[in-house]
Amino acid sequence: MITKFAKMFSIGAVALSALVGSARAADTVKVGVLHSLSGTMAISETSLRDIIAFTADEINAKGGVLGKKIELVVVDGASNWPLFAEKAKQLLEQDKVAVTFGCWTSVSRKSVLPVYEKNNGLLFYPVQYEGEEESKNVCYTAEAVNQQATPAVDYYLKEGKKKFYLLGTDYVYPQTTNLVLLEYLLSKGVPLANIGGGFRKDEAGKIISAGKYTPFSHTDYQQIVADIKQFAASGDACVISTLNGDTNVPFFKEYAASGLTAETCPVVSFSISEDEFRGLPADKLVGQLGCWTYFQSLATPANKKFVADFQAWLGKSTVPGIVKTGRVTCSPMVLSYDGVYLWKACVEKAGSFDVDKVRAAWQSGVSFEGPGGKVTTQKNMHLTKNVYIGETKADGQFKILNHFDNVYGEPWLKGKFK
Amino acid sequence: MSTESLPRPPSARRLELTVISAAALFLIVGFPLLHAFGFVSTFTISLWGKYLCYALLAMSVNLLWGYTGLLSLGQALFFALGGYMHGMYLMRMIGDLGQYHKPIPDFLVFLGWTKLPAFWEPFSNFPFALTMVFLLPGLIAYVFGYLAFRSRIRGVYFSILTQALTYAASILFFRNNLLLGGNNGFTDFKFILGHSLVDRETGPATLRGLYIATALTLLAVYLLCRWLNGTKFGLVQQAIRDGENRVLFSGYATTHYKLFVFVLAAMIAALGGALFVPQAGIINPEEMKAQNSLEAVVWVAVGGRGTLIGPILGAISINLLKSWASRAFPDLWLIMLGGLFILVVLFLPGGLVSLPKRLAPLWKKLRAAPTPSSDSQPSTLNSQLPR
Repeated sequence: MITKFAKMFSIGAVALSALVGSARAADTVKVGVLHSLSGTMAISETSLRDIIAFTADEINAKGGVLGKKIELVVVDGASNWPLFAEKAKQLLEQDKVAVTFGCWTSVSRKSVLPVYEKNNGLLFYPVQYEGEEESKNVCYTAEAVNQQATPAVDYYLKEGKKKFYLLGTDYVYPQTTNLVLLEYLLSKGVPLANIGGGFRKDEAGKIISAGKYTPFSHTDYQQIVADIKQFAASGDACVISTLNGDTNVPFFKEYAASGLTAETCPVVSFSISEDEFRGLPADKLVGQLGCWTYFQSLATPANKKFVADFQAWLGKSTVPGIVKTGRVTCSPMVLSYDGVYLWKACVEKAGSFDVDKVRAAWQSGVSFEGPGGKVTTQKNMHLTKNVYIGETKADGQFKILNHFDNVYGEPWLKGKFK
Repeated sequence: MSTESLPRPPSARRLELTVISAAALFLIVGFPLLHAFGFVSTFTISLWGKYLCYALLAMSVNLLWGYTGLLSLGQALFFALGGYMHGMYLMRMIGDLGQYHKPIPDFLVFLGWTKLPAFWEPFSNFPFALTMVFLLPGLIAYVFGYLAFRSRIRGVYFSILTQALTYAASILFFRNNLLLGGNNGFTDFKFILGHSLVDRETGPATLRGLYIATALTLLAVYLLCRWLNGTKFGLVQQAIRDGENRVLFSGYATTHYKLFVFVLAAMIAALGGALFVPQAGIINPEEMKAQNSLEAVVWVAVGGRGTLIGPILGAISINLLKSWASRAFPDLWLIMLGGLFILVVLFLPGGLVSLPKRLAPLWKKLRAAPTPSSDSQPSTLNSQLPR
């Protein structure tokens, strides 16, 4: 009985290894995907895994990169930051991937950064972030603060807003963004008294933190909304929100309940895209603003084709557990999509998968016409891209109100606006 | 569980000792040698270093839950605190090699600090940081344990309280104002005791050294638990697990016994955390979440609660499976792991360590089936199987 079982087992193992072996033939190039497919970040990051799988299939159908088919190596970071570092090591040292697309939170990027620098790997990072970083091992397709926060302020100033309330979740992205915004507002002639949320100063009296902060998963916004209501009594105020994740639900419920509306005091959120409305009540946010480098509602032929192709791919997809209904596209997804094509363009320009050569191609400036318009790589590893301001509709989509074209990505903004 | 305190035949004991010594020898000497000669990758050895740190955490859970009957869901807090104390030293060793090239840690620069806060100052000293690895978690465990045990908080209430403690601590550590890195915590370590962690030439040797240190620590903790188990203290400890009121009425101050075990377990967890941080490369408040404590409880349950080797076996095998499955089946691994836990609870309540004993009758039957005439041979073989 045992020998029979062993025989069957060995036959199975041989068959399996043959299968795996054929897939790993020399005509493929390994590409890592490092996102959280489980845990708290899974709701956002799984969409990025999906879009990368879609992009890889699209590229493979047209002959791949330098004649090689993309072979995705998908790993689960499980919203666990030490695990992100472990998986990054695995991708670079064991699987020897040519490039990795991954990370959402700043902490996961900080966790894997030493791994990419040590192994001279290449990571494409697609989600808006705080800047203050410029690693030669990261291609920041993400929005820098001046590609999201400062254009939003420009829009508000043009609309005649005079008072700005800063509100965010207590971590590095909101803290840095608000410090930059403080300098930016002051440089535009907005007096300190018109910036709400409070300040924290060091012993020398220098402001080291601006705005109001709440912890992750905070639920009680009564006091803060009352504070905003008082601040907005003059009728020319607005709120700049860097609140993250599920705290947006109690905040916007409280906001609507207090009688504040998008007319009396609009809120611009930097962390809410179309994809977040799969878990947020859009009707509570009608009229509130979003600011991204892409909206699904963009009426260009390129975008329409992209959305239709993605939906068609979803319908046919055999990825286990993939969600097929109610799917939308959003800015981090499009920046992932653009990232894969930019990497392809850089590899083709360099004529090699070698990280140093691909980086040199990136730094020399490569362009791609993506669903959100043209994106161009920069010497500082960031991306020039278009920025759009949109207004939330009840169906969780955005009506585009304004746009800024070809905004240069600048990671070092602290102390820049005087 | 009850079999642990029963006298066992000397042959089984000898076999157990041989197996454990061989495993220890391989983990401490063989594995690093294989790495030094290039048969095992640096990735693998630092991964195993992490597993052994988790094994320390599991041993601390087992000391409380398996041997004293205290289900603490706060061990992740002590693990993380040990990590933070060592992490502070590692942060100081970065020097001015951070993003901002300032002599203080990056997150302090980001918070607008220009000089080091006073409480950070002594952590540039390794012996001080190492002392704090034991002292701070030990002190917190002492104060918390004293209040909890003196108030006779037991059973599920103790579990809930420890869970609340670790949750409260994680919220505190998430705050940037605490000046311990907030949500991002500590990362981007460069040097430990003058040895580079990231250098392409010398980094692997540093990681090998850390692995050996972890394996030796695990062996020391194992021997400590083994010794403690045989003393009168160990017997009282197990008596508390099996019937605390009887022990109390026999004249033993159970509060003191429990307090000692709680502090000891906290320090073991902290030691695991301190060794974990340079090998994992990051420590942040996420590590304090109650779910991490719960995971450690699962390792103990799968390995074998109330046995010396069970928690080590559980921590290593589950994490090995996790590392493999989250790469091979990124969409299904959680379901696989969950299914495994259910199967173990249902069909293997004694954990992995009880597997040989559970398989023995089956083995006997299989051996006996093909040649029923020679039945004397299997029985002698069987007696040599580990119990």
